[in-house]
Formats: sequence, C-alpha cells, structure tokens
Amino acid sequence: MNDRLAQPFQQPKTREIAERMAEDVKGRSLWADARRRFVANRAAMVSVVVLTLIVLFSLFGQIISEYDIETIDWDVLGNVATAGKPSIENGHYFGFDENGRDLYNRVVQGSRISLAVGVIGALVAVIVGTIYGATAGFIGGRVDSIMMRLVDIFMSIPYMFVLILLLVVAGRSITMIFVGIGLTAWLDMSRIVRGQTLSIKNREFVEAAIAIGVPTWRIIIRHIVPNLLGVVVVYATLLVPQMILTESFISFLGLGVQEPFTSWGALLSEGTKTMNYGTLWHLAFPLFFFVVTIFCFFFIGDGLRDALDPKDR
Amino acid sequence: MLNFIIRRVAVAIPTLIILLVASFWLMQTAPGGPFTSERPLPAQVLANIEAKYGLDQPVYKQLWDYVVGIVTQFDFGPSYKYKDRSVNDIIAQGFPVTLTYGIISFLVAIIIGGALGISAAIRQNSWLDYFAVGVTIGAQVLPNFVMAPILILVFTLWLGWLPGGGWNGGQWDHIIMPVIALSTSYMASIARLTRSSMLEVLRSNFIRTARAKGLPDNVIIWRHALKPSLLPVISYLGPAFVGMVTGSFIIDAIFGTGGIGYFYVNSAFNRDYAVMMGLTILLGSMTILFNMVVDILYAWIDPKIRL
Repeated sequence: MNDRLAQPFQQPKTREIAERMAEDVKGRSLWADARRRFVANRAAMVSVVVLTLIVLFSLFGQIISEYDIETIDWDVLGNVATAGKPSIENGHYFGFDENGRDLYNRVVQGSRISLAVGVIGALVAVIVGTIYGATAGFIGGRVDSIMMRLVDIFMSIPYMFVLILLLVVAGRSITMIFVGIGLTAWLDMSRIVRGQTLSIKNREFVEAAIAIGVPTWRIIIRHIVPNLLGVVVVYATLLVPQMILTESFISFLGLGVQEPFTSWGALLSEGTKTMNYGTLWHLAFPLFFFVVTIFCFFFIGDGLRDALDPKDR
Repeated sequence: MLNFIIRRVAVAIPTLIILLVASFWLMQTAPGGPFTSERPLPAQVLANIEAKYGLDQPVYKQLWDYVVGIVTQFDFGPSYKYKDRSVNDIIAQGFPVTLTYGIISFLVAIIIGGALGISAAIRQNSWLDYFAVGVTIGAQVLPNFVMAPILILVFTLWLGWLPGGGWNGGQWDHIIMPVIALSTSYMASIARLTRSSMLEVLRSNFIRTARAKGLPDNVIIWRHALKPSLLPVISYLGPAFVGMVTGSFIIDAIFGTGGIGYFYVNSAFNRDYAVMMGLTILLGSMTILFNMVVDILYAWIDPKIRL
C-alpha cells in the first residue's frame, strides 16, 4: 500500500515535475510583483530613462561646456538675436541669453535648482507627513481628531499668498522657497498616510500577527510600513512635479530664485519677455526640459500607482 | 446636516483668524518700516505720520482696529507707498477685471471640461475618448505660465490674430487668450474627473436596471447618469477657484490685463506691505469662504460626505 502510494514520486518524470512545481511556487514578494508590473509599463520605463538623462544633464552638463552662468560676452550683448544663436561650433550649444550669458550653462543650473526643489520638497513632505499621519492614525481617539483638525485648518489657508508674503518679508531666496514649500507640502501626505494606517491597523493580518504574538515593532515594520510605502511612494512621485510647478510659478513672477542663479520658472519668464525680438531659443530650451520632466514624473507616478496600489489589483 | 455645517464653520473661523494674524504678524516683522527711506525723516514728522496711520498704537490695538475697519466699513486701509490710493481703490480698479476673465475661465473650464469628460466616457475607447485623454494628459504639463507665452507666440507673433496684451475695457479679443491660458489645466482636470466618475456610474447597478427596463440611451445618460457623475466635480470647484485667483498673478504679468494680480505682485516688489496684506486677507478669506460653501453644497447633495 505504502509502496504504491509512493510509487509515482519515484518515477523520474513525475519527480522532475514535482520539483519544478516546488520551484515555481516559491513566493514572489510584494515588491518583486510590483517591479514586474512597473517594468511592463512602457511609458513609465521610457520616462525613467529620460528622467535619468535629464538628472545627469543637470548634474554634469557643465562639464562639456567651457563657459559659466555669469560671464557676459560683451560682443554679443545688445545683438543677441543675430549673434547669439545656438551653435555647436563656438560651444554655446543653446546660444546666449538676453544679457549675453551662455544659455546652456544657465539651463543646466536652472534644471538643477528646479529638480532639487522638487525632490527635496517631496522628501520633506514624505518624512513629516508620514510621521504625522502615522502617529495620528496609530494613537487614534482625541489626539487623532485634534491633529487632523489642525491639518484641516492649515490646508484651507490659501498657501500661495502666505508663501509670497513670506518671500517678501523674509527676503527672496531659494532657502525661503524650500521653507515655504516644505511648510505646506506635507499636509496632503499626512492625510493619506493616516487614512491608510487606520485601515491597515484593523486588518485581519495584523490581528493574526498580534494573535501569534509578534511584537508590536515587528508588526509595524513587517506589516504596516510595507503597505503604507506603496501609497507614499506613489504620492511622493506625483508630489515632485507639483513642487516644481510651484517653484516655477514663484520664480516666473520674479519672487523666487535670484540672479545670478536661475530655475526653469525664471528662464521661462526671461524667454517670454524676449520672444518678440526673435530669440525663440530663450523660451524653447527651458520649455523643453520643463515639459519633458513634468511628463516623466506623471508617467512614472501613474506606472507606480498601477504597480503598487493594492486597490487596483 | 446642521452638524456638518457647524463643524465646517468651526474649521473656517480659526483658518480666517490664522490668516489674519499671520499676515499681520509677517507685516510687522518685515524689515524696514513703511516710511523708511534713504533720506531719513525728522523724528517729529515721522511721529506725526505714524500717528496719522495709527502706527503708534500697540500692535494688538492696530490689529483690532484693522479687523473692525474691514468688517464694519469694508476698509482695507491705506497704501503706505502711494498717498492718493487706498487698498480699496486698488480693489475697485483691479477686481472687476480679474472677476471678468476669472468667471469666464471658470465657466469655460467646467462646461468644456465636463462635456469632454462625459462624451469621452460615453464613447469609451473611441477616437473621441483617446482625444480627450490625450488633451488631459497634455494639459497637465501646461500650467498657465507655460500656456500664456505659447499662445502669444502663436496667435500674436506668428498669426497676428489677437492683441498680445492689455485690457482695453474688456473687449472680447483681449479676453480670449487670458481665458484659454487660465482655464486649460483646470479644464483638463475636470475632464479627467468627469470621465472616470461617469465610467464608474455607467457600470453601476441602477444604470443596468434602467437599461433592463428599456430606457433609451440618452434618457439614461441625461436623467440618471449625469447627476451622480458630476458630483466629484463639485469638490474640485474649490481648488479650481483658488487656481483662478492665483493664476491671475501670471495672467496679469504676461498679458498686462491690470487685474488684481498685477497689483499684488507689484506690491510684493515695492514692499508695499499694507497693500499686500489687504489683498492677501481679501483674496484669502474669499478662498476660505468659497471652499466652505462648496463643501457644504457637496454635503447637501451627497449625504455620504456628512459623516
């Protein structure tokens, strides 16, 4: 009897299949699963490549140029429309700006500031928002409702006015933009994280973990954080272009980054002012980098949402 | 419902107070008094001017007088830079302009965005749908400060159809480009919202019931599907309104329309704190109140929100 039952497993072919099945069934982790879905999303993958190139450009673009952002070429000044055209031969790849400075280096430098504002702003939002939201969600009760009322109140303050007021009073600088954007960016994040924490806290798998005696910190690290992380990552990616848009808005008005430094918003503003002199490249180059970057972030955010958001599975 | 209104107002009031106190405090801490200039005034003259504007009073008294002035007489105080002009004059001059192109943009965004979203959802996966989705994705990366230069480039510099700026008493050809620039990204957001909510509604049980009892398609859409699918749009009206107001900074800067945004940005450059504070409080409290009304409206239409 025993022999007959065991027999199929002694057949070489059956055993091979059984072994292969055991191999295949080896579980895929949450993240491996997400990665597979993300890689399958062509728009998102292309965006990752393009965005990487733009980041590399903003970090190392100045290496291939022999000029800097400040030096004025007096031969070109006042005659930019004819003498300042973009050209490969003289090394001014993007031509000159209105003040006779090398535009290529200014775009490189502007991209660096815009991207930095976006990424750092989003990072601050993620850290503060996650801690705030998770605390409110975990503690619950009265603390939660007070913390969330506070967020409600801060959220309904029209922040663009306060940001401009702050920039005028405390002086226009890129640091103040960081502070001002950081002050408001975490609010949405804390709401999202709190909601997510609340719903995870009462789920069966957390209950099961408590029942088999897993310590609290381990539950948080192994069960709650991974579930939170998906939403946080998706939202952070979508937050970056928002931060970039806000900074560009402020810099476009001339209230943000100050000379000699620049950013996409400031460059776009200069391009707008000079376009009827026929110097369209002033507008075209920053516009290209701005639009492409925002597009990339949206596609990556969408891809990540499809890959990570448990609701859509 | 009453409970919800009370709770919503309970959020709005502290917000208003914070806005008031914060802008007042920021103005107080700003470097340089309103009458600091390169040629210092004699002490007696300075004291007289300060007494005239009430600046010799303690800060809390100034704040109180200011608030009372706004509430009882709608008086936002004088400009410290221009003696012949009060904040009220600036509001009277710039506000009608902003309101004109703001309301038109608002309506354009809602009507075109809504129509685009609904028709895309009804004919899902048709060319119309792809067109609508393409427009919404494209418009997301075209905020007003990108849209406006492109419009001027195409319609003024290349085609020469429209004037590149100015207001000219609000003639239609001066309104077109500001409206397009201001409304495009909001139109896209509204289109996306209505499309997804319409798709969701069309898949729901009561629509299936309506189909099953043999109602024609257009009756289903107009009588049953339209209302619930427009609900999320209502909650977007608040942010859209805020966008119109802050967008006017850009519109006035690029098109020279002379709306309230022009004065706001100008006062920011001139450090005319009184004008900045007055406009911040006016526009800020309008935003807060508008958001409150929208929220209450939404809760009134959709009882699920009241929780």
